[in-house]
Amino acid sequence: MGACSINTLRIGQKGIVMDLAGDDQIVQRLLEMGVTPGCPVQIIRYAPMGDPVEIKVRGYHLTIRKKEADMILVDPQ
Amino acid sequence: MSLTRSVLLEQEERFMTVALVGNPNSGKSTVFNALTRLRQKVGNYPGVTVEKKLGRAILPDGKAMNVLDLPGTYSLAVQSPDEQVVRDVLLGHMNDTTRPDVVVCIVDASNIERNLYLVSQVQDLGIPVVVALNMMDETVKQGRAIDPQKLQAVLRMPVVPMVASKEQGIEELKTILARGVEPVPLREWRMPAVMEEEVALFAQWLCTDRKMDRFTAFSEAVIHLSTPIAKHHLLEHGVSDIGTAMVQDARQRLTRAGVKWRSAVIEARYDWIHRILEGVLTDLPDPKIRKTERFDAVLTHRVWGWVVFVSVMVLMFYMIFTIAAYPMEWISKGFELLSAELKSVLPAGDIRDLLTDGIIAGVGGVVVFLPQILTLFFFISLMQDTGYMARAAFIMDRLMSRVGLHGKAFIPLLCGFACAIPSIMACRSIENPKDRLVTILVSPLMVCSARLPVFALMIAVLIPNTSPFEKAGIMLSLYLTGILGAILMAWVFKHTIFKGPTPPFIMELPPYRFPTLKATFLHMWERSQLFLKKAGTVILIFSVILWALMTYPKLPGASGDVALRHSFAGRAGVLMEPVIRPLGYDWRIGIGLIGSLAAREIFVSTMNIAFNIDDSGDAASLHSAFSEARWPDGRVLFTPLVCVSLLIFYVFAMQCFSTLVVTWRETNSWLWPAFQFVYMTGIAYVAALTVYQGGRWLGFQ
Ligand SMILES: Nc1nc2c(ncn2[C@@H]2O[C@H](COP(=O)(O)OP(=O)(O)OP(=O)(O)O)[C@@H](O)[C@H]2O)c(=O)[nH]1
Ligand SMILES: [Mg+2]
Repeated sequence: MGACSINTLRIGQKGIVMDLAGDDQIVQRLLEMGVTPGCPVQIIRYAPMGDPVEIKVRGYHLTIRKKEADMILVDPQ
Repeated sequence: MSLTRSVLLEQEERFMTVALVGNPNSGKSTVFNALTRLRQKVGNYPGVTVEKKLGRAILPDGKAMNVLDLPGTYSLAVQSPDEQVVRDVLLGHMNDTTRPDVVVCIVDASNIERNLYLVSQVQDLGIPVVVALNMMDETVKQGRAIDPQKLQAVLRMPVVPMVASKEQGIEELKTILARGVEPVPLREWRMPAVMEEEVALFAQWLCTDRKMDRFTAFSEAVIHLSTPIAKHHLLEHGVSDIGTAMVQDARQRLTRAGVKWRSAVIEARYDWIHRILEGVLTDLPDPKIRKTERFDAVLTHRVWGWVVFVSVMVLMFYMIFTIAAYPMEWISKGFELLSAELKSVLPAGDIRDLLTDGIIAGVGGVVVFLPQILTLFFFISLMQDTGYMARAAFIMDRLMSRVGLHGKAFIPLLCGFACAIPSIMACRSIENPKDRLVTILVSPLMVCSARLPVFALMIAVLIPNTSPFEKAGIMLSLYLTGILGAILMAWVFKHTIFKGPTPPFIMELPPYRFPTLKATFLHMWERSQLFLKKAGTVILIFSVILWALMTYPKLPGASGDVALRHSFAGRAGVLMEPVIRPLGYDWRIGIGLIGSLAAREIFVSTMNIAFNIDDSGDAASLHSAFSEARWPDGRVLFTPLVCVSLLIFYVFAMQCFSTLVVTWRETNSWLWPAFQFVYMTGIAYVAALTVYQGGRWLGFQ
């Protein structure tokens, strides 16, 4: 299965993180907050104006802008 | 005396120092308050605490210990100024604080995986660690169970289960601290072998060349090798070019060996966490859908989210004009009685005038607004304690990103409804210095509680006999004007002096929590103390000064406006009248504007003095004095248009000395507060001018 951006998942759909690519500082923060390769993530919802997105990772809820979400490559489940 | 002092000081140094470290919103300040009986601010969103705070706790054996509350951080590889504080304290880099003897890691049990990441970083530093497993009550609701004993066994560090908000587990924590804590065990996680070697090599160099201890060297080596942005950081801490070059070489070797040095360490730590949690963490059968997810389905809904957001705001202002009206009535009655009493007891003269017209009219005129300010803080406190604040940031972020602001900026801005000072301080959680500065500069445009008295007064003059609903509506539009102004100016700054890419937004959404009445009322109590203190100091002093300036020099035989015009303040007002006349203000309002430079509330007290001055003193309220005020040619002074122009002026103008001082402290330069003052007051002038002249041109009064 090819990896795709987490933004392509449907609301409620899960995926396994494959890789993170993008700005070093942001990637580091995401990794440290537990978005590491191999970890399951789920799309919970989009904000009323369509951005940012809320995801569930390691049992907690995280919100990031779509731009940052694009850096997370997942294998859709 | 000096002897006892030095003995005391020595004792103080011998106290054990304990630092509270943990992820944002894990309950550090709650634990701190339970340990020290102090009242550090808590709230249900990440980033409440931005500065370290020292307190004192008494252990069961009667010994005292120093306790340090710190800002929350996700990692010791720091990115923002508030996180830097944590690292500096733990490494003993702070001049005014000794390196802690013990670290209490506050771990949010409902979020244990991510919280243990920081624990593993702290463990590297070699300081003894106690794990406080907080929020145990939430794990059950979440449908999980954690076994603290098993966790203690695998971590090989003391683990104390806790519900800090109910003060459960605090005594146990104290007992463990009193007994003394063993040094931390050696780490059990392992990086890829090549990386282990490189880290060991660089750590060795830091030990010998930079004279670091073994633990610090390891921690620094790991951070520097794996954190791309740590380069400037390295130089700051006195690691020379040689060190930087070594790091570069090491990274190249790692890349060649196929090791992803950016993520290898982080993954290694999380793998370890995953391993140790097996058997510690069990899923309960039949988990209920979490309360939080049900709430969020409505509160962040595409339609309902907005409906709720606006309703909350309207309700808040409605309450400010209804509920608060009764106690306001009592307070103003009280001051009137006091003033009448003094007038009947004291002989006529300057002293009596100073007491009644200067102090009572000045301070009383401001204190009257206490109930409205308390109502405002009740709502702000609810938003902060329930977790709604973070949702508001989530809903509004699109706007923030449009203007190029940091997503986290919305929280400092919302805090600005209370006061610009905490709001500017809260900007410390913003990583990028440029974005931080932009947020600091626009924060005071958010309508703060000091403007509330001015607004309430002017709205009452503008539309004396309408329903509280309409008043609330006007109030809401003023707040919106402030928000729009802040957003617009942020956009301007981001596209001119602070050009840069739109910064990221990565924020945790905490679960909704039921606010404790205790916390809410404590917050309100503290705010009212602050407000009364301000009324009793700054406002009192300036009321007296302004009263003197408005009374002297005296013109024998004159009274009322003529006497006022002859006074120092009157002359200053007359002098500036040509400048403010295009806005529709006369020299008496000018006196109020000058007074407001110290604090906005002083407008109310100077107006009290200026317009009651020829009054016998009793019942006449400021409102009726306002409606009777005339220009020399007999035109009404406070026409609706003038009121609106004044309201607009007060939305934008920078009239708060304390805010300027905080901006100076937070930016370390006089340039920025000066700039803030000029641009805000400039906008205020132009906006008020446009409203007044435009309104007249359109035929309004
Ligand atoms: N349910 C529950 N809530 C708690 C507990 N301890 C603290 N809280 C709540 O959690 C929220 C965060 O608490 P704080 O003490 O402000 O957290 P902090 O770690 O100081 O946060 P920052 O200063 O932002 O890093 C507040 O709303 C507290 O009332 C607990 O044991 N159980
Ligand atoms: Mg705190």
